[in-house]
Amino acid sequence: MIKLLRIIKAGFLNFKRSGTVSWASVLIMTITLSVITCIILLQAILNFSLNEIKEKVDIAIYFNVGAPSEEILALRDSLKELPEVDSVTYVSAEEALAIFRQRHEGDYATLAALDEIKENPLGAYLNIKAKQVSQYEGIADFLKSDDVLSSTSGSIIDKVNYFENKIVIDKLNSIISGAKSLGAIITIILIIISLIITLNTIRLAIFISKEEIGVMRLVGASKMTVRGPFLVEGIIYGLVATIITITLFFPITGWFSSGMTDFLGININEYYVSNFLQISVILIISGGLLGTVSSFLAIRKYLNK
Amino acid sequence: MIYFNNVSKIYDKDSIALDNINLTVTVGEFVSVVGHSGAGKTTLVKMILAEEAPSQGEVFFESVNVHKIKNESLTKLRRRIGTVFQDFKLLSNKTAYENIAFAMEAVGKAEEDIRKDVPHVLELVDLGKKTFHFPGQMSGGEKQRLAIARAIINQPELIIADEPTGNLDPVNTYEIIQILKKINDLGTTVILTTHNRGVIDSVGKRVITLEKGKIVRDDKNGNYVI
Repeated sequence: MIKLLRIIKAGFLNFKRSGTVSWASVLIMTITLSVITCIILLQAILNFSLNEIKEKVDIAIYFNVGAPSEEILALRDSLKELPEVDSVTYVSAEEALAIFRQRHEGDYATLAALDEIKENPLGAYLNIKAKQVSQYEGIADFLKSDDVLSSTSGSIIDKVNYFENKIVIDKLNSIISGAKSLGAIITIILIIISLIITLNTIRLAIFISKEEIGVMRLVGASKMTVRGPFLVEGIIYGLVATIITITLFFPITGWFSSGMTDFLGININEYYVSNFLQISVILIISGGLLGTVSSFLAIRKYLNK
Repeated sequence: MIYFNNVSKIYDKDSIALDNINLTVTVGEFVSVVGHSGAGKTTLVKMILAEEAPSQGEVFFESVNVHKIKNESLTKLRRRIGTVFQDFKLLSNKTAYENIAFAMEAVGKAEEDIRKDVPHVLELVDLGKKTFHFPGQMSGGEKQRLAIARAIINQPELIIADEPTGNLDPVNTYEIIQILKKINDLGTTVILTTHNRGVIDSVGKRVITLEKGKIVRDDKNGNYVI
C-alpha cells in the first residue's frame, strides 16, 4: 500500500518537474483526443444528414377521384403490416386540396383555374415511409403483386410514383451506404494516426529518462518501482489532456453552431452539451488508456537489463 | 566474497578492456585499483554489478555467478552493494533528500526510518545545507558527496567507488577517504578505483595495478606505483 502511494507521489512529482516535456506530451494527447471528439461530432452530423435524406424519400400511391375511403384505409392497414414499413399516412381528397391551395398561395392563375372547376380534382393518397431506403423496392413490388390489386380490383389506384423515382431512390441509397462506409474508414485511419503520434511522443519523452532508469535499477529498485511512476505520469497526461479537450470544445462547438446550424440542420453545440457526459467518459477512458499503454510500451525497452 | 575467474572483455581485436583477469576479494578487505585511463578499472568494477557482461569467464559474488541469475535476484543483489561513480549517476529530478530516500525506498524501508536516517547521512557528508537542492544546483564535489551518502545509506556489504574523489578538493578528499576507511573498519568491503596518489598512500592497504586490461601488480600493503 505504501509502495503504491510512493509510486503515485513520484509520478506526480515527475510530471510537475519535467516541465516542457510533460506539457509537450499533454499537448499531443489533447490533439489526439480532439480528433476523437471531432469524429464523434462529425458522425452526429453525418447521421443527422442521412436521416434527413431518408425522410425525403417515400412512396406515394395516388387514388382515383371518388375512390371509396374504406378501400383506401383497408389498403393502408395491410401495408402497415409489412415489416419494412415504418409509417403510412392517409391524406384525404379534401386535405389534398387544402395542401394544394396552400402550396400555390401566390399563384392566382392556378387558383382561379381551380375555382372554375368547382369540384375537387384531386384524389386521396397514401404516403408510405420505409425503415431503410433499400426497402422501397420491396414495398413497390408488394403493391404490384396480385394480392393487393385483386382486392381492390386495381380500379382505385391511379398511379404509384415509386417507379418514376426509382433511379433517384437507388442513387440515394448508394450515397447513404457509401457515406457510412467512408465515414467508418476515415474514422479508423484518423484514430490509428493519432495513436501512432501519441505513442511515439511519449516514447521520446521516456527516452530522455533513459539514463535515470538505469540508475534506479543500479541502486536496486524493482521493475515495478521504476515503471510505476511513468505509468502514473501517463495517466496524468491523459486526464489533463481530457480536461483541456472537454473545456475547449464548449466554445468551439458554440462558435461553430452559431454559423453552421442553418446549413447543417443540427445544432452542434446543443448536441455536445446534451451528450456531454457520454463524450467525457469516452475521452477519459481513451485518454487514460492511451497514456498508460504508451508509457508501458515505451519503458519496456529500458527495463530489460 | 568476490571472485573473478578468467574474465575477459573484448570489443574487437584492437580493443581489449579486460584480459584474463583472475582476482579474489575477501570480506572486509579494502582494495584499491589503480591504472592509467583506459586500463580497465571501470570495466572491472562494472562487471561485479553486472552492468557489463564478460566476453569470457565468470564473476562470482558470494558464490553466485552475477551474470547467470534472474532479474529479480540481480535486483536484490544490487541492494547489497553501494556504488559511487565518476559521473555521479544521480536522479536529476529529485532533491538530495529524495535521491537518498529513493535508495531506502528501493529496499522497502519505512517512512520513519527514512526521515530519521537521511538528514543524518547528509550531515555526515557535509551536505546538510543542500538537503532540498537538486543535483543541477550542486557543484561536482557536492554531487559526489551526495552519491557517497546514497551509497552508504543502506549499510551495504560492499561499496564500489569509481574515482570518488575526482572532483573534490584535498580537504573533502581526505574526509571522504576517512569515511570509507571507517565504513571498512566496521566490516564493509570496499573496492576503490583512483588515480590519486595521496589517497593510495594514506590508505596503505591492498593495491591492484591494471595495465591494458591485465593485472600487473597486486600488493598487500601497496604504494602508488605506475
